[in-house]
Amino acid sequence: MKFKSDQQMLWILGAVVAGLVVASALGYVLARRAESEERKAAIDNLNARIRAWWIMIGIFTISFVIGPAGSMLLFAFISLLALREYVSLITSTRADHRTLVWSFFVFNPLQYWFWYQGWYGLAIILIPVYAFLFIPIRLALAGDVGGFLDRAARIQWGLMVCVYCISYAPALLTLQIPGYSGQDAKLLLFLVIVVQLSDVFQYVWGKLLGKRKIAPAISPHKTWGGFVGGVATAVALGTGLWWMTPFSPLQALGMSFAIALMGFAGGLTMSAIKRDRGVKDFGHTIEGHGGILDRMDSICFSAPLFFHLTRWLFISPHPNWWP
Amino acid sequence: MLWSVLPRSVREKTRPVAARDYWSSGLRKRIAVNAFNALLVERHVKSANGDRAAAARHTLEMLLEALGEKNSLIVFPEGTRGEGLQVGPFKSGIYYLWRERPDVQFVPVYLSNLNRILPKGEFLPVPVISRVTFGPPLRPEPNESKESFLTKAHDALCGLKDI
Repeated sequence: MKFKSDQQMLWILGAVVAGLVVASALGYVLARRAESEERKAAIDNLNARIRAWWIMIGIFTISFVIGPAGSMLLFAFISLLALREYVSLITSTRADHRTLVWSFFVFNPLQYWFWYQGWYGLAIILIPVYAFLFIPIRLALAGDVGGFLDRAARIQWGLMVCVYCISYAPALLTLQIPGYSGQDAKLLLFLVIVVQLSDVFQYVWGKLLGKRKIAPAISPHKTWGGFVGGVATAVALGTGLWWMTPFSPLQALGMSFAIALMGFAGGLTMSAIKRDRGVKDFGHTIEGHGGILDRMDSICFSAPLFFHLTRWLFISPHPNWWP
Repeated sequence: MLWSVLPRSVREKTRPVAARDYWSSGLRKRIAVNAFNALLVERHVKSANGDRAAAARHTLEMLLEALGEKNSLIVFPEGTRGEGLQVGPFKSGIYYLWRERPDVQFVPVYLSNLNRILPKGEFLPVPVISRVTFGPPLRPEPNESKESFLTKAHDALCGLKDI
């Protein structure tokens, strides 16, 4: 696997960088003009999002330059940081220690190693089957029965979201789509762009016309107006990017819709976890907020679905009734 | 951990106090002595003639000497790493140290999550996020009793937990 230098890729990267420059300039001007505290906080938040965008596009460019091995390493590192944030946020007891060591230093590298080797069958079952069995076994061996199922589930969910789900993003590079070889990096870029556009426009539309909250107990910022506007905008822009993907415009529309929907679900679910922990344990709220996981939550949930949908369309043998 | 957040200039003048029985073998000793410039002290004071007081006196003199005029010491007043669920009772060493050197400031420092990074008896750490919280220096009365000094110190430390 080696990425060809690619005119389309340069165009889209150029467009994203141009967009970011405009956004950063705008954010700078707004920050200088902001007067009330409330506005200032909102604009700081906006600027944090723009910075996150810069980082993500930087990461993507690096992984494009150094190829699939670099991307795998990069995402393995992102998983490590995400798992670190997650474990810091949850409670764990002394008896969980060895199990956590296994999660960080065995399952995480192994997951990415399997993808890198192109061992699809192993990569998709390592965590949901073997790690999920191993974790309760290891906890049982540690001998502490207090809250056993809770503790096992917490660690399992951490591996699931932070390692397994995130690993689907670089796994896109291992798809060998006929007629699209060497261009898989654009699929990853497509995923990241649509997810982020959806996040950004949900936020923007939410500020403009968000009134009714979707889940006030979980997140005060998620409104129906923001949700519909954000998803619609992301789908429209995603469809417009069909030329960089192996999809037809209609397929690109469907994919964008699936990505945006799952991205929203990811943000909501991870907010629920944060809210839950925030109430129970103030000690870790500061570290747990505003980290890798906050920025990755929507990718966590959309990457697996996007991967499997794409694989279904282009790789899997289809049943007879499929047109 | 605590050492790593101190500025370099302060670090050079700061010595952690560690238990000799744990830190005295091979690699551990080399790390403790060379990297951290640790001051190793006896923990289980059991001299041959059973003279605890003299042995404790000797340890205290070592600490005072290391403190000197411009150095700092990092002391772990619990004397051990407990289960990590709450702050354990303090040993009386810091009280005797304060009585000898009332001019020295006692700064409480709370280390969160350390027990989760590396529980007692484990050798592989888990990279959990930790936090080091410094409190204002203790202000004991000139003739504070041992119990009330230790309680004050303990409370000051526990107060840092929830900041």
